[in-house]
Amino acid sequence: MSKSIQSVQCEHLDKMDIVWDRPDTLIDVPMHYCPGCGHSVVHRLIMEVVQELNIQDITIGVAPVGCSVFSYNYMDVDMQEAAHGRATAVATGIKRVLPDKIIYSYQGDGDLAAIGTAETIHTINRGENIVMIFVNNGIYGMTGGQMAPTTLKGSVTSTTPTGRDLSIHGHPLNIAEMIAILPGAYYVTRQAVNSAKTVRKTKKALLRGFKNQIDGKGGVSFIEVVSNCPSGWKMTPLQSNKWLDDNMLGTYPLGDIKVPEKIA
Amino acid sequence: MAKLHGHVTINIENCKGCELCTDACPQNSLNMSKNINKKGYHYAILVEENCTGCTNCALVCPEAVMTVYRENKNRIIKPAPMASIDSKNISVSIS
Ligand SMILES: Cc1ncc(C[n+]2csc(CCOP(=O)(O)OP(=O)(O)O)c2C)c(N)n1
Ligand code: SF4
Ligand code: SF4
Ligand code: SF4
Ligand SMILES: [Mg+2]
Repeated sequence: MSKSIQSVQCEHLDKMDIVWDRPDTLIDVPMHYCPGCGHSVVHRLIMEVVQELNIQDITIGVAPVGCSVFSYNYMDVDMQEAAHGRATAVATGIKRVLPDKIIYSYQGDGDLAAIGTAETIHTINRGENIVMIFVNNGIYGMTGGQMAPTTLKGSVTSTTPTGRDLSIHGHPLNIAEMIAILPGAYYVTRQAVNSAKTVRKTKKALLRGFKNQIDGKGGVSFIEVVSNCPSGWKMTPLQSNKWLDDNMLGTYPLGDIKVPEKIA
Repeated sequence: MAKLHGHVTINIENCKGCELCTDACPQNSLNMSKNINKKGYHYAILVEENCTGCTNCALVCPEAVMTVYRENKNRIIKPAPMASIDSKNISVSIS
């Protein structure tokens, strides 16, 4: 792999420890995402966890429809594409037929909280022992920035040109809080990937989610990641991560929403 | 205790110029090159020798192009010799 032509050289790299490197489980190809897109970071974190838990050979992911539709090109585990919104139904089928495999679904907010709401709720209500990863960027990124159920009040999108009006378009849907009351939800948390600090916490949450499944107890581990969509939000990556802090987190506060007592 | 000495190498051809790493670096060790890679992006480069190997840049980088090195306290090494930090002198060879 061609490494950089650096302006600052270091002559004794061989005597230093590598403290961070790309996980081998993340396929070494450029991703198709827009510059600065949080999907890439979430993919990498899932693959770091799969590598650290040494479960690459037994992990099966389910990809959604949305910008992350091609995520199977990047995550080096067995993957199955699902129809729009149906990832958790497909994940349910795989887990029930192959209970010894580690199953995760990966979905955007349009996929999980709009067209797939029924599948989302019933998968969690059945208490399937899977990890559900929910990348909430408050918009339909792939199709050109339409309003999603998760879009913030007042947000301008291609389908809400004058801003989301709660009296016409309804309220932002806090799906994590909603599903946390279901007995089948074992662990529910909301994290973000817009800074080094939030990335570290998201990794810990993913680790916990996959460990829950390996332990085979409880039900769904639901990990929401509040993310950006610089293109859909019409911002630079830096602006989008700041906007996320200033606006998204008021409606979608970060932290654990439901933690089983034994792991609290 | 003195700050640890670190270093990063960057796979510049896969950098998309998002600037998230430069913003995340507490040492301001990174900057965007005036040159562009094959994709046409101004790529990130290490411009200062004050990197501590904290990994912040690698954690936020969507393209996972960073490798972060850190001095091992148990081994004795001298600090890196001063190198040119003039980013104008960097060129990318397009093969
Ligand atoms: C049955 C069906 N209806 C609608 C679409 C069009 N469509 C593709 S992706 C998408 C929404 C994607 O939004 P989200 O899930 O939030 O993903 P993002 O791109 O934001 O990550 C829609 C409506 C489709 N592909 N299939
Ligand atoms: S449209 Fe938005 S979600 Fe899709 S790749 Fe671009 S930035 Fe990411
Ligand atoms: S490792 Fe830390 S100090 Fe070094 S360049 Fe990256 S963010 Fe800056
Ligand atoms: S975060 Fe990664 S992709 Fe973005 S500018 Fe830095 S090295 Fe390039
Ligand atoms: Mg979305």
